[in-house]
Amino acid sequence: MNAIGIGALKVLAALALMLVNGVVLIYMLRKVLGHLHLRLGPTHVGWKGTLQTTMDVLKLVTKEDITPRAVDRWLFRLAPAMVFVPSLMAYAALPFSDSWRITNLDAGLLYTFTALSIVPIGVLMAGWASANKWSLLGGMRAAAQQIAYEVPLLLSVLPIVMLVGSANLGTIVEAQQGTLFGVLPRWFILNPLFWPTFLIFVVASLVESNQTPFDMSEAESELVSGFSTEYSSMKFGLLYLSEFSNGFIISALGVTLFFGGWTLPWLPAPVVSALGPLIFMIKTYIGIFVMMWIRGTYPRVRIDQVMQLGWQRLIPISLVWIVFSGIVIKVWS
Amino acid sequence: MEGATADHIVLALFVIIGAIFVPLTITVSHILAPSNPHPRKLDTYECGSEPIGPPWVQFRVGYYVYALLFVVFDIETVFLYPWAVAFDRMGVFVLAEMVVFIAIIAAGFAYAWKEGALRWR
Repeated sequence: MNAIGIGALKVLAALALMLVNGVVLIYMLRKVLGHLHLRLGPTHVGWKGTLQTTMDVLKLVTKEDITPRAVDRWLFRLAPAMVFVPSLMAYAALPFSDSWRITNLDAGLLYTFTALSIVPIGVLMAGWASANKWSLLGGMRAAAQQIAYEVPLLLSVLPIVMLVGSANLGTIVEAQQGTLFGVLPRWFILNPLFWPTFLIFVVASLVESNQTPFDMSEAESELVSGFSTEYSSMKFGLLYLSEFSNGFIISALGVTLFFGGWTLPWLPAPVVSALGPLIFMIKTYIGIFVMMWIRGTYPRVRIDQVMQLGWQRLIPISLVWIVFSGIVIKVWS
Repeated sequence: MEGATADHIVLALFVIIGAIFVPLTITVSHILAPSNPHPRKLDTYECGSEPIGPPWVQFRVGYYVYALLFVVFDIETVFLYPWAVAFDRMGVFVLAEMVVFIAIIAAGFAYAWKEGALRWR
């Protein structure tokens, strides 16, 4: 009973983090994109527009929920849950610090990818159930591009698992503690063996989390609003929230795998372990800022370009790189 | 083992609480939201005008070919992960075995490529 109570508190904490992240990230996106476009973004509600997204959430909650008559009713209702629940589950394995972990899974890396890969099923469901050609097209694109990039994403981080000898995200962070030559952090991003890995990871994770150069499933200039066109009120809110939450998860994974997670080598160990969650969050938000920067800078690519890049370039390169880094790691040790 | 069980309870709770949270918010929104039904509101929005033709249109076959290829590669990755975890504890022989495995997959991949399955048509 006690284990269930503590577990429930942990889940509620993750849920609260997800909701706060959603509100903060949407505000941040509008501000960052605004300034990239030489605009100001929201300015009126609250100090410098900070309460804008809170008000937007309240507005969404009090909007009439319309279910068009042509939709497939059950799938239409189930889809927001199929999108939301996995992206909540993806918080379970993230190591916020050496003591702040929701769970300590040995297959944490694989678990997080698994949770994220359930999301496109929900997106396809939403697209199919909407009885709308654009939504269906958006759903199909989401499914196609996410299955195409799941393989390079999983394969690209394999060299890290091979070097560390564990798929536990906490262990991967612990392997990056300490410094190189006394100054540089021992983060995997500074290891030349992982530079191609990092490039593939960045591209594939942008596709997986539907971020803008690759957001073909929404593509407002072609598909109205893609899979979420027919959704209104809180059902739309949940779809939207889960999208932002996936961006956070992907950025947090990048920080964990390449930028040393909660570690910061120049501070004494007790300070780092006290500030761990803060360091982790700051790094993750820097990652999200870069994602928004990319979003504000690059035009959207076409679906055929995305698919060919994934299948014809990233998968062969990551397979070759696995073999190569296997040989390098064996020769080294 | 003790820790593993507690973690698994937490994972189950993630599903349960998530599955409760979704209908809860939708219900709260139903209570708070106004209800002004009108037959026009129930039309499919699509792009603002009356939808023409059935919504469930035919799809290009490319999507299904990719789906088939994906199954092969996803299973390959599932095999590769346990291998990678145990990689540093095993000898060069295991690396050679995996090179053979990847080579077989790569041969199939090259065949699919040659047959044009990777081209978007």
